[in-house]
Amino acid sequence: MSRISRLPSSLIRAAACTGVAALALTACGSGSESGTASSGSGDVKVGLITKTDTNPFFVKMKEGAEKSAKAEGVELMTAAGKFDGDNAGQVTAIENMVAAGVKGILITPSDSKAIVPALEKAKAQGVLVIALDTPTEPESAVDALFATDNLKAGELIGEYAKAAMKGKDAKIATLDLAPGVSVGVQRHNGFLKGFGIKEGDPSVVCSQDTGGDQAKGQTAMENCLQKEPGINVVYTINEPAALGAYTALKAKGREKDVLIVSVDGGCTGTEAVKGGTIAATSQQYPLKMAAEGVKAVVTFAKDGKKASGYTDTGVTLITDKVQDGVTSKDTAYGLENCWG
Amino acid sequence: MTATSTPPSKTSPYAELKAPTTARRLLMQPTTGPLVALLLACVFFSFSTDQFLTGGNFSLIVQQVMVVGTLAIGQTLIILTAGIDLSCGAVMAFGSIVIAKMAAEGSLPPLAAIALGLVVCGGFGLLNGALVQKIPLPPFIVTLGMLNVAFALTHIYSEEQTVTNLPGPLTALGQTFPLGKTDITYGSLVTIALFLLVAYALSSTSWGRHVHALGNSPEAARLNGIRTSRLTIGVYTAAGVLYGIAALLLISRTGVGDPQAGQTDNLDSITAVVLGGTSLFGGRGSVLGTFIGVLIVGVFRNGLQLMGVASIYQTLITGVLVILAVTVDQLSRKKAR
Repeated sequence: MSRISRLPSSLIRAAACTGVAALALTACGSGSESGTASSGSGDVKVGLITKTDTNPFFVKMKEGAEKSAKAEGVELMTAAGKFDGDNAGQVTAIENMVAAGVKGILITPSDSKAIVPALEKAKAQGVLVIALDTPTEPESAVDALFATDNLKAGELIGEYAKAAMKGKDAKIATLDLAPGVSVGVQRHNGFLKGFGIKEGDPSVVCSQDTGGDQAKGQTAMENCLQKEPGINVVYTINEPAALGAYTALKAKGREKDVLIVSVDGGCTGTEAVKGGTIAATSQQYPLKMAAEGVKAVVTFAKDGKKASGYTDTGVTLITDKVQDGVTSKDTAYGLENCWG
Repeated sequence: MTATSTPPSKTSPYAELKAPTTARRLLMQPTTGPLVALLLACVFFSFSTDQFLTGGNFSLIVQQVMVVGTLAIGQTLIILTAGIDLSCGAVMAFGSIVIAKMAAEGSLPPLAAIALGLVVCGGFGLLNGALVQKIPLPPFIVTLGMLNVAFALTHIYSEEQTVTNLPGPLTALGQTFPLGKTDITYGSLVTIALFLLVAYALSSTSWGRHVHALGNSPEAARLNGIRTSRLTIGVYTAAGVLYGIAALLLISRTGVGDPQAGQTDNLDSITAVVLGGTSLFGGRGSVLGTFIGVLIVGVFRNGLQLMGVASIYQTLITGVLVILAVTVDQLSRKKAR
């Protein structure tokens, strides 16, 4: 809540100051004093840069960072790209945060490769750089990575789908993210591995990109059903894509006999698992990624110790239709720990 | 901003026909409003954050706006002819991938790759101009189509892969040199030089007067002996070449060839043009105003970030500013009539 009440006040200050030219000097002068006072004990500034402002996953990540920053008594600055893939926007945010004197930057790179030179520059200025959720290429471009093991997330639902099919012939549709994006590739490959098949296996009858978007997920599923009406397993990159697929299946009256599995563990998605729309999902923990990230920056500010390497923030298979030999937790657990 | 919208005197309807004083003429300049807004924003941010008022930060802001700024020069030219270009960001992205791939993976020496990029972007401009002029089609539709064509070509040609390991000359403009205590990026100088060059061409050459005339009334321009067809195609082609330069600046700034680049740059460049006081209906405006417009966006983004305001509020404020700018434009037009 503190963020919500803080922002409009700075906006009002901005409006007041730009509007009243004559009073600008005095008004802004006093405004800046109260601004510094309210930022509190923290001389330490932590930057968080997400892919977008609007995706619930990043909203939750920001929440986790805010909570953690408050507990640690440090100041959090946030920024985001305008759209998923907006590398230039993220570069600008890094530069501005370095100019603002942040001690560390937590970033979910929109483009794993393209962001690297900007991160190297920030590191050269003595800023601790930690990737959240999405690794950079090469991974060594950041000091540390706090993320879900996406291959494992895919494997869990692959194994689940295999067990749930109980040896029946599978006709699989994969609703993927986008070409070349590591998160999507890893989940897809993990699913195939968990299901015990290889890329190019004839049981995969349709593969389409959705960008993780519900409307595009629906279109993709409609097209897949047009191509192969007998599809009985649907892998989806995330739950919005899964819900889109469900809508398409329902329109064909196929919603009862097709198994949909997904990754993410958002609250809407977990509700969908509870309601039976999605059979199972691999839940990840953005709040934890952000909280650990903030802590790492605080540690670095206090005693100069840099976090390093990869920290797995965990993934849990959530389902109410338990399959033998597949470890899972129920949706009650899932809803307690979901994001969004 | 308020200066240009002073209400006319109520006492005499002819009051405004009197010869304006120097001060009044200054206030009537289309760039005065944007300039005042820019200065006010700078004053505000200087007082609200410690880090804003430093040479390094101003250099950073110029460096951050150089790509959209260069696109916005081309956009201004086209809008002056009462056109619009939705394809500029996509054309730039394609140009940047051509340059990056040709130099990093192809066999071309860096300078040849850069030249090829400029030619390719200029070619897109030529095509846009020809379709607008010869068929003719509305600029909005032509460039909307071209946006998709260039976007798709970028993704096909790059195979969705970011191009890394660029040879030195491609990123040379992203390097800095010290000026006193401040590091200045070479690309910033290129952008500023381009603004000055085009501003001179628009204000002091017959070509510049013809561009304005074309935007005011193509028919009148034609009847006055201006070769409107050649002029229109020339403006679109010149804009395309400018997008090619922007492509080079983009590569030098990020250090990679990025197929996702430029997706909102078309709208960002239009925003800069509008904030700079150029009329979307053509014939009226200035490229120096556009430079101020681009700086307004850059200053707000940088200043709000330094204050710790989340980025979605930057978008909100930019939107409000655009509506304010168009309102001022409309009100001052009404008054001028």
